Amino acid sequence: MSDTQRETGSARVKRGLAEMLKGGVIMDVTNADQAKIAEDAGAVAVMALERVPADIRAEGGVVRMADPEKIAGIVDCVSIPVMAKCRIGHFVEAQVLQSLGVDYIDESEVLTPADEANHVNKWDFTVPFVCGATNLGEALRRLGEGAAMIRSKGEAGTGNVVEAVRHMRSITSEIKRLATLGGEELMAAAKELRAPYELVRECAETGRFPVVLFTAGGIATPADAALMMQLGADGVFVGSGIFKSGDPVARARAIVDATTHYEDADMIAKVSHGLGEAMVGINISDIPEGERLATRGW
Amino acid sequence: MKVGVLALQGDVREHARSLEAAGATAVQVKRDDQLAGVDALVIPGGESTTIGKLLDRFDLLGPLRERIDSGMAVYGTCAGLILLAREVVGREDAPFRIPALDVSVRRNAYGRQVDSFETDLRVKGFDEPLHAVFIRAPSIEAVGEDVEVLAEHEGAPVFVRQGNLLASSFHPEMTDDGRVHRLFVEMAEKS
Repeated sequence: MSDTQRETGSARVKRGLAEMLKGGVIMDVTNADQAKIAEDAGAVAVMALERVPADIRAEGGVVRMADPEKIAGIVDCVSIPVMAKCRIGHFVEAQVLQSLGVDYIDESEVLTPADEANHVNKWDFTVPFVCGATNLGEALRRLGEGAAMIRSKGEAGTGNVVEAVRHMRSITSEIKRLATLGGEELMAAAKELRAPYELVRECAETGRFPVVLFTAGGIATPADAALMMQLGADGVFVGSGIFKSGDPVARARAIVDATTHYEDADMIAKVSHGLGEAMVGINISDIPEGERLATRGW
Repeated sequence: MKVGVLALQGDVREHARSLEAAGATAVQVKRDDQLAGVDALVIPGGESTTIGKLLDRFDLLGPLRERIDSGMAVYGTCAGLILLAREVVGREDAPFRIPALDVSVRRNAYGRQVDSFETDLRVKGFDEPLHAVFIRAPSIEAVGEDVEVLAEHEGAPVFVRQGNLLASSFHPEMTDDGRVHRLFVEMAEKS
């Protein structure tokens, strides 16, 4: 019973890790202590970043990849996968993150973009990438560049789920529409979506998004998480919603429980008791156009 | 044959599809009453710490142990292997388990995600090699006397059987090769 050699970095192993995260919650953390709280609450992975989106929004300035020292500290302290964010188009930050041994890179609109025309060529990497998208065309362009997982963008750092809902509904309804089209209509659809034809055809034929589709941006309560799962998300990213709330330990755990039992209203009610203050939310209409993060990425 | 897939977290859909292709009826199991209604169970791939905590939180560890002890067939892949293991060695633990399978495992033993890999395995009883996908996979460091090793990779067991329990470090549900799930459904029919 011997064996042949190992093949690493294939599309299957990259997409495969995302499959293993389904039904779970990925939490933004800025240090090892928060990472431990997330793991203890039942997070399936943590996202290492310099500041949570709510602070980025409040403090402004150029936002970059987190300090490698901090990322290494987080990698050391938890046994679940560690993700980290690089700037859109900043392929050297991505190279550094791969070198640090992170398990997934988020090429994220939450950081300040480094390239206003191009995203990272993610096929060049062994480590898999997750990218944000507001609609199906954007999601498929990211897959075309080699992303192995997609998250709907929402509007990070607002504690307001409305944009996450808009983006998830947009992606799922566009897939449903594709599934009704005839083969001769798909090239025109690909042109309209500005997306690779082969991926458009795959969506039309299977009626499904080709890779794991999480949701992000504005999820602040267990009910928000369950809402996004019922709308078709495979899992949930929670950023500021946990560590900007009154009781992060209890809230983190409750969001995990509600994500697992997202179709069970009695359970969501039960876990939502006594969580203290949710993060303070922001109305999207109060954010000037130029400060909306979801518009970053092309 | 009604086979449950533990659906607290992980690649539930892929196992359900593979089980249906093997002729079983697949159902999701999140609660005790759902567990009571299945003939066999798959513990899927996922995060073993997360699934273990949720098993504990939703009071499923005891009922699952009872079903295993009374002979229900269970197949664990990756996280599922860790959750069934008698012992977890190394610095990364998995405190909430149903330690019925007499093996020692080490979590993430093949490395981080950049080291996740695909390879071909020779499996006892299969005529053709099996293509296997390992994702942040655990290794099996030692097996008890009653454990039959069905496949090895680089000299270490990666696919084992002990009575009504089947477990693998890798994910057959991620390929279209249905042989492992057919083997499990046959085991379940006999148990």
